[in-house]
Amino acid sequence: MLRSPNIFIFAGNVMNRIESKQQLAEDVYRMQVEAPLIARERLPGQFVIVQLDNDYGERIPLTIADADPEGGTISLIFQAVGKTTHKLAERNPGDTIESVLGPLGKPTHIEKFGTVVCVGGGIGVAPLYPIAKGMKAAGNRLVVIMGARTQALLILEEEMRRIADELIVCTDDGSYGRKSLVTDPLKEVCTRVPKPDLAVAIGPPVMMKFCSEATRPHSVPTVVSLNTIMIDGTGMCGGCRVTVGGKTRFVCVDGPEFDGHQVDFDNMIQRLKSYKKIEDEAHRRCHMDMALEARGRAS
Amino acid sequence: MSHQDPETIARESCTLLKELVSREKPLTPRERMSIAPQAMPAQDPLLRRRNMTEVALGYTAEQARIESMRCLQCRNAPCIDGCPVRIDIPGFLKAAAEGDFQKAIAIIKSTSLLPAVCGRVCPQEVQCQATCTVGKGLKDVGKAVAIGRVERYVADLERECGLTRPPAVKADTGKRVAVIGSGPASITVAADVRRAGHAVVMYEAFHKPGGVMVYGIPEFRLPKRIVQLEIDTLKAMGVEIHTNFVVGRTRKLKDLLEKDGFDAVFVGTGAGLPKFMGIEGENLVGVFSANEYLTRSNLMRAYDTGRADTPIYPSRKVAVLGGGNVAMDAARTAVRLGAEEVRIVYRRTEVEMPARVEEIEHAKEEGVLFHLLQNAKRVLGDDQGRVTGLECLRYELGEPDASGRRRPVEIKGSEFVLDVDTVIVAIGNDSNPLIPSTTDGLKVTKWGNIVVDETGKTSIERVFAGGDIVLGAATVILAMGEGRRAAASINALLQAE
Repeated sequence: MLRSPNIFIFAGNVMNRIESKQQLAEDVYRMQVEAPLIARERLPGQFVIVQLDNDYGERIPLTIADADPEGGTISLIFQAVGKTTHKLAERNPGDTIESVLGPLGKPTHIEKFGTVVCVGGGIGVAPLYPIAKGMKAAGNRLVVIMGARTQALLILEEEMRRIADELIVCTDDGSYGRKSLVTDPLKEVCTRVPKPDLAVAIGPPVMMKFCSEATRPHSVPTVVSLNTIMIDGTGMCGGCRVTVGGKTRFVCVDGPEFDGHQVDFDNMIQRLKSYKKIEDEAHRRCHMDMALEARGRAS
Repeated sequence: MSHQDPETIARESCTLLKELVSREKPLTPRERMSIAPQAMPAQDPLLRRRNMTEVALGYTAEQARIESMRCLQCRNAPCIDGCPVRIDIPGFLKAAAEGDFQKAIAIIKSTSLLPAVCGRVCPQEVQCQATCTVGKGLKDVGKAVAIGRVERYVADLERECGLTRPPAVKADTGKRVAVIGSGPASITVAADVRRAGHAVVMYEAFHKPGGVMVYGIPEFRLPKRIVQLEIDTLKAMGVEIHTNFVVGRTRKLKDLLEKDGFDAVFVGTGAGLPKFMGIEGENLVGVFSANEYLTRSNLMRAYDTGRADTPIYPSRKVAVLGGGNVAMDAARTAVRLGAEEVRIVYRRTEVEMPARVEEIEHAKEEGVLFHLLQNAKRVLGDDQGRVTGLECLRYELGEPDASGRRRPVEIKGSEFVLDVDTVIVAIGNDSNPLIPSTTDGLKVTKWGNIVVDETGKTSIERVFAGGDIVLGAATVILAMGEGRRAAASINALLQAE
């Protein structure tokens, strides 16, 4: 019926098949998902919105950790922290994800700045990786500081080691690398002469807030990537809005990256907790369901 | 207008119709004018406050015939001039009056594509019914022939009897058209272009097609199954629909033409960028755009708390800012989600409210409180950043402004605080910048609306646009009218090649 002058039309009806799945750390997973259109267009810094069930599922933003345009796949790295991410973690290669929308958000502005210090905390190392890779490829000297609560939660260390000119790993509990928060080495790097030309910090909101505070006295421009509540991801709902430099901005279309020195993190953190009670309850029920299912399988 | 029991309405209409058809002579205009307007049967307000099902139940067959008999069959048919798609209104009413509902729907469908939708959500009182001679004669537009309600009846009857057939499609021309968006303008273009034999691929960013009809307009005003039928009709015609595809990001508009082999593109992406008041406290937890609030409830089905994963804010006391249909939808949704007090805060008076009279009445019946000549000044919050109140100002009406409406003027020192935990901002939408910002050479107005000529063509060859992205926030029928025009231009362009 329809002429198909190129593969594009066929590619339009992709099934978002999970090609591979790997557990990177406790509750942290990497999934390679068939998404040829997104893989073709995607640039560092962009994200997708994933929905497991089109009728009753929720839409959650996940960052794209990597992509293979030839193979037509994207890599998602996520932490099972709520109902939807837990359900996603239970899916296996061969399963499909009903909806994957993207790539969304503005890509990272990548150019040769000089020295770029990339700071990643916990799961934030995942979106940081393609940016760090891009910065390195653009000819920057790359310093990477990555941290996690404990060794078991560190991800992508080898990948980062391969591209970084200097890699500093720290854990909160000292179980691996240096015992400190990422802000300590960041402060030290900022006092070097010459100081870094740019800092990119991605991780939990509190970490990004303190990284921005760490670089502020040294006037090192600092980019943060925000992950807020959103529904459509195209500017339509405004649920993702944040206050940046006193102005309201939408993370989905104006971001996700903003000047860390201008972001009102306290307001953002409060907004992230909008549905906390309901989400905690859903999460608790989800764990109960999973425990029941596991018991059912065992018996 | 107060609530009437549907059974009584049905009984009375049976008696009346029998009497009318038993008359020996045809009805005179005077007799037609004296037939009482048929009330729309509706769910009891006390019940519907707690459910999502449709409020207006629709006419009975008897009512549809009686209401149609009120039409005077004016030779100059002023009603047609009031209709953006120029439906032959006297024609379909004559058929309906005679009880030939199949002929009535056929007449409507020769010009309009979405009668079941338009019969429900068109603002007839400012369009076809505004110019109706009966309403003029009775000096009350509310007593004009209820054209929309008859339209809805005949469309529903056709659907419920399973008589809906997809329009005939001409032989394949080998030409391909991309339609961006899946709301009323896009559906119209897809159908009209497909009918001419061109292949059509429709792209929708959300996971379900239907645009504002599925994410914005609530179930209690426009049931989703009605929209779904329109989508199914498009599919049956051979229109290919791709969801989760956001043009500008998943693919650039120009790539559709230059790399993907499309011969023309229609942009019908709607007015999707919510406006906020720009007041202090607007980013506190508990302040939502109406788009977000309604999308959570409608598209994401958050009202179904047992099954839906998407949460919705547990509100007790809600203030909705704005006076349009979207404000009414948000307020009435909040009522249904269990809020104890829901208030509409509007800075002019009820006369100036852009919402349909019917929606305002329904909201009142459901217990929504109206704060007129008041406006939000500041949102107050606690140390957790959650909304605790809304500081408002009182207004009075001054001189008329450019729109002809008397301009509201604030009364200095009239501040007071409303005790609310939720504020829903429903003051309209700006146009979404995603396509203009990713498409070089696409001309937009200073408000971001895409500029088109009288044929619906944009500043780029082969790219057409229509609906809210061109008009700013408007109505379903205007979007359809725009779609009609653009589709005709696309068909003319492709036929000439």
